[in-house]
Amino acid sequence: MILSRNFLKDYIDIDESIDITTLAEDMTKVGNEYDLASELIPATNLVIGKVIECVNHPDSDHLHCCKVDIGTEVLNIVCGAPNVREGIKVIVALVGAELPGGIVIKKGIIRGQESNGMICALYEIGIDKKFLSEEDKNGIHILDDKAPIGESPAKYMKLDDSIIDFELTANRGDLLSILGMAYEVGAIYNKKVRLPDLSHNEFGEDLNNSFSVKVNTDNCTLFIARKALNVTIKESPDFIRNRLIACGIRPINNVVDISNYVMLECGQPLHFYDADKLENVIEVRMANKGEILTTLDGNKRVLEETDIVISDGKRAIGLAGVMGGLDTEIVGTTKNVLIESAIFNNVKIRKTSNKILRSEASNRFEKGLDPARAYMAMERAVKLLEEYADAQIQTGKVVYDVTNKEYKEIDITVDDINSLLGTNITNDETIDVFRRLDFETSVKDNIITVKIPTRRLDISIKEDLIEEVGRIYGVNNIKGKLPVTPIKIGSVDKTDIEIRNKMISLGLNETLSYILIGDKDVHKFTSDEFEELKLLAPMTEEKNVLRYSLINSLYKIFEYNKAHYIKDVSIFEIGKGFWKKGDIYGEDKKLCCLMTGEYYLGIDTKKNVDFYVIKGVVEEVLDYLGYENRYSFVIPKNTISEFHPGQVAEINVNGDIVGVIGRIHPEISKDSVYVFEINLNKLLSKKVSKMKFKDISVYPTVNKDIAFTIDKNVTADEISKVIKKAGGNLLVNYKLFDIYTNQILGNKKSVAYSLTFGSNNKTLTDEEINPIIEKIIESLQKAFNAELRK
Amino acid sequence: MKERIEQIVNSAKERINKIEDLQELQELKVRLLGKKSELSDLLKGLGTVAKEERPKIGSLVNEARQELEEKIGTAEKKLKEKVMNQKLEKEKIDITAPSTKITRGSKHPINRVIEEIQDIFVSMGYDVVDGPELETDEFCFERLNLPKGHPARDMQDSFYITDEYLLRTQTSSVQARTMLGNENKTPIRMICIGKTYRKEDDATHSHQFNQVEGLVVDYKEKNISLADLKGTLEVFMKKMLGENTELRFRPSYFPFTEPSYEVDVTCFKCGGKGCSLCKKTGWIELLGSGMVHPKVLEMNGYDPERYSGFAFGTGIDRLAMFKYGITDMRYLYTNDVRFLKQFDRKDNNF
Repeated sequence: MILSRNFLKDYIDIDESIDITTLAEDMTKVGNEYDLASELIPATNLVIGKVIECVNHPDSDHLHCCKVDIGTEVLNIVCGAPNVREGIKVIVALVGAELPGGIVIKKGIIRGQESNGMICALYEIGIDKKFLSEEDKNGIHILDDKAPIGESPAKYMKLDDSIIDFELTANRGDLLSILGMAYEVGAIYNKKVRLPDLSHNEFGEDLNNSFSVKVNTDNCTLFIARKALNVTIKESPDFIRNRLIACGIRPINNVVDISNYVMLECGQPLHFYDADKLENVIEVRMANKGEILTTLDGNKRVLEETDIVISDGKRAIGLAGVMGGLDTEIVGTTKNVLIESAIFNNVKIRKTSNKILRSEASNRFEKGLDPARAYMAMERAVKLLEEYADAQIQTGKVVYDVTNKEYKEIDITVDDINSLLGTNITNDETIDVFRRLDFETSVKDNIITVKIPTRRLDISIKEDLIEEVGRIYGVNNIKGKLPVTPIKIGSVDKTDIEIRNKMISLGLNETLSYILIGDKDVHKFTSDEFEELKLLAPMTEEKNVLRYSLINSLYKIFEYNKAHYIKDVSIFEIGKGFWKKGDIYGEDKKLCCLMTGEYYLGIDTKKNVDFYVIKGVVEEVLDYLGYENRYSFVIPKNTISEFHPGQVAEINVNGDIVGVIGRIHPEISKDSVYVFEINLNKLLSKKVSKMKFKDISVYPTVNKDIAFTIDKNVTADEISKVIKKAGGNLLVNYKLFDIYTNQILGNKKSVAYSLTFGSNNKTLTDEEINPIIEKIIESLQKAFNAELRK
Repeated sequence: MKERIEQIVNSAKERINKIEDLQELQELKVRLLGKKSELSDLLKGLGTVAKEERPKIGSLVNEARQELEEKIGTAEKKLKEKVMNQKLEKEKIDITAPSTKITRGSKHPINRVIEEIQDIFVSMGYDVVDGPELETDEFCFERLNLPKGHPARDMQDSFYITDEYLLRTQTSSVQARTMLGNENKTPIRMICIGKTYRKEDDATHSHQFNQVEGLVVDYKEKNISLADLKGTLEVFMKKMLGENTELRFRPSYFPFTEPSYEVDVTCFKCGGKGCSLCKKTGWIELLGSGMVHPKVLEMNGYDPERYSGFAFGTGIDRLAMFKYGITDMRYLYTNDVRFLKQFDRKDNNF
């Protein structure tokens, strides 16, 4: 909503010393934010001048050299406009003038000719081209002959206005009117609002005798119709045109302009029909499915049962609150006007306008309207039509009205106010706030009864009134304090943070990616079965579904970085993956990691990432979280086609698959890219025992290495299990430290383990250790045909 | 005899002085003081000396031994020092040469700010709670006094999956979940931090962003008031943005609070003087807040006659951008490794 100060001044006195920015800031303090506060013509140093000489520029085919009389002197100005000529009065920007867009006028030489100023077009001094005539769009503005040389052109054109563009909150529909603004400004500056002049003459027979209104739907609660006869269609007077322009509405002709003017003034949208193109009845009803209406923008609309239509009993003539029909539109030849002032269901209007057009009118219907204003707007419209369109107003109005006529009354006490705001406001102060707002009050036994004006649809409970008191009293006058509540310790689960810090300590960089991905990717990197979650109305096809696996996101990040010549990428993220299974919608927190290129394993040891590096990261995280010795890496039962079939595993913790690890299939990426993903919801649901001290043995441990050849396909896991079992209690640790294959070994591989023996009770001797080693070797022989290498 | 001893001692001293090597000194020590040394021989030959002379000579020999032992000890110490010095000299390095680096990972700036906010509120006794990102219309809107068709739903163009399920547009959904889930209707002091989604994507809006939501509900007698909300947000913002940060409350409208306030903070770029970031106003709009709407309390099982409270929420992305001077919001979600790696150290406080 754009507020014109000149418009506002009709209804309330504002001290001239309050500039437009101050007014905007004061409105902001009571809750009405603004985007822009400025002069309507935000240009400085403009004067009216007369072109007393205009010759073609010697070195240009389109420039003119003008001598312009500005009263105090005659200026040489080079002008490029096609319509500049001798004898016209023009707008001159003097040297030093600032024009919108940061242009500053300087003395200059244009192709060898002196130029001390600029002759301006209206759009150059800040009037949007959409408001201008063809001539003004294409050239400088020519003022009439009476324009006084040397004076302010803005003032002469009555464009010396200032405006505030407000961003209003959704509940304050009442502020979508200059009158509503006047009440608000009045409350701030303690001034009384003047109401608009509604006086007019009426002629002829009562309209009710010849015209009727039928409402056949609950979605219309008020419909008022009046007729204005014998109108003259012409240009509106300057003040109407200028105020419409200031408020951002394009002037068209006096009749159409008046409907917009009254809407701005009272907040009630009106619709004007060419009365001669209608039958003598108006019917308001819901549209029939498939019904067709050509709206005044020329589009054929196919209507639905949720659209409210206005009909003349024979056909639809308008989409209620949204747009009128083409064939009943006001045109240059219109003589008699039927005026509609109505209230329609805001939700229905919203639905229809979302489909067709969001307009100034539909916006007001959606926010809700005040029945009293609907009556006022009707009277105001006929008043202005009489005055500015030579209309004769037919006696009487046809009214359908089922609106609630009862005033809302709310009881409140200062205790209510003070306990919610934390203030010490007195009874008198409270009553004074309501007086400023023009709310009637009565007091009995400390209870203040407030009668809510019908314009304030937003006020319905006590808390709403407390808000009113708070904002007029001034929220910034309330001193902050901390709640007085019992001391307690806040609870927080820091597992995520611990995991994050662990990953960072391993040299990985944390990312934050979008959860929306393209539906072609959603089933990638997993063999899990789930239904994808697709957006009903996505912004783009690349972001139309919720991700399940974070690997998609991290892989995209890898691709981005690769495209930017970054080869070493070690990244991770904790985020959510989403799914649907049957009727159940779910989301799981997941830890995902991607590594490629070189990775620093600690002090000065650089290594190309391979499966074992990223496996090390997984183990490090699992061990850190307390799952040591409870997990294994298992070849997946189902193929996941995005992984290298020989370098992929499921991460199994206590018999449950909690994640996947592997190399991305070489067909997807030529680079060696490794990823893992762990479902943290699944993993962390597995209980971990408390960290507990174990006695440290005072006896030294003994290390023995063994090496053996074994079938190539026997896995390290299988070997380890046998060693562990055979080793018994005294084998405290065992570690695979070497695997190699060569041609001589053929189908076998050589494997070397380092075994550590120890006891809490004594130093072990060879006599005690050797039999264990023999047992291990025997078991390996038995299990895998392993041969000891000597 | 005495001369003989002196002669041995003098000649030994001369030899000791000449020695440059520890090994040689050891060998000399054996030759001078060992069983086969001249001094030992003298003692062995005491039998040939007159009986009364024996003790005298014996003590002379012992004195000579002692003198030589001391002399050798000093020489040994000197030589050891010399050897050590040579070793140290050899091991001298250029301490300005580059170190062997240990790689550090990095924490995303958004999560840094999230952790900081958690710490602030946990220290004030707030519980940190979590809620689903895939939310139902019921919790995201309806239980927050935003029935279907409410115009304020326009403020938040949402990503719907079905008519019922959507990506939460605000962490406020967790308010409803927390109140409804608290069966004994005990007082609540909680924050929820997480991802939120709205259908907008431009230079200053990302369709995915992060919010923190706070809710305090207590018995009416506790008089949880707007003043408490102001005080709480003052502590929060000053801690996040610096002690000189001022707050400005502006009445506003949110369906889930009444009264409602938008909160501006002193522009973090210009300190309130007015600049391009704050559009010359000196203020940056940062938080939404208010006193919990009685209907919201009621709809979620808290009798508005017995309880009252406040709620607030703010976006985290902008806080992170400010805190680290990130100039373009898109950096936050592009995940350029060169960007990520810059966040690899301990945060300093304001």
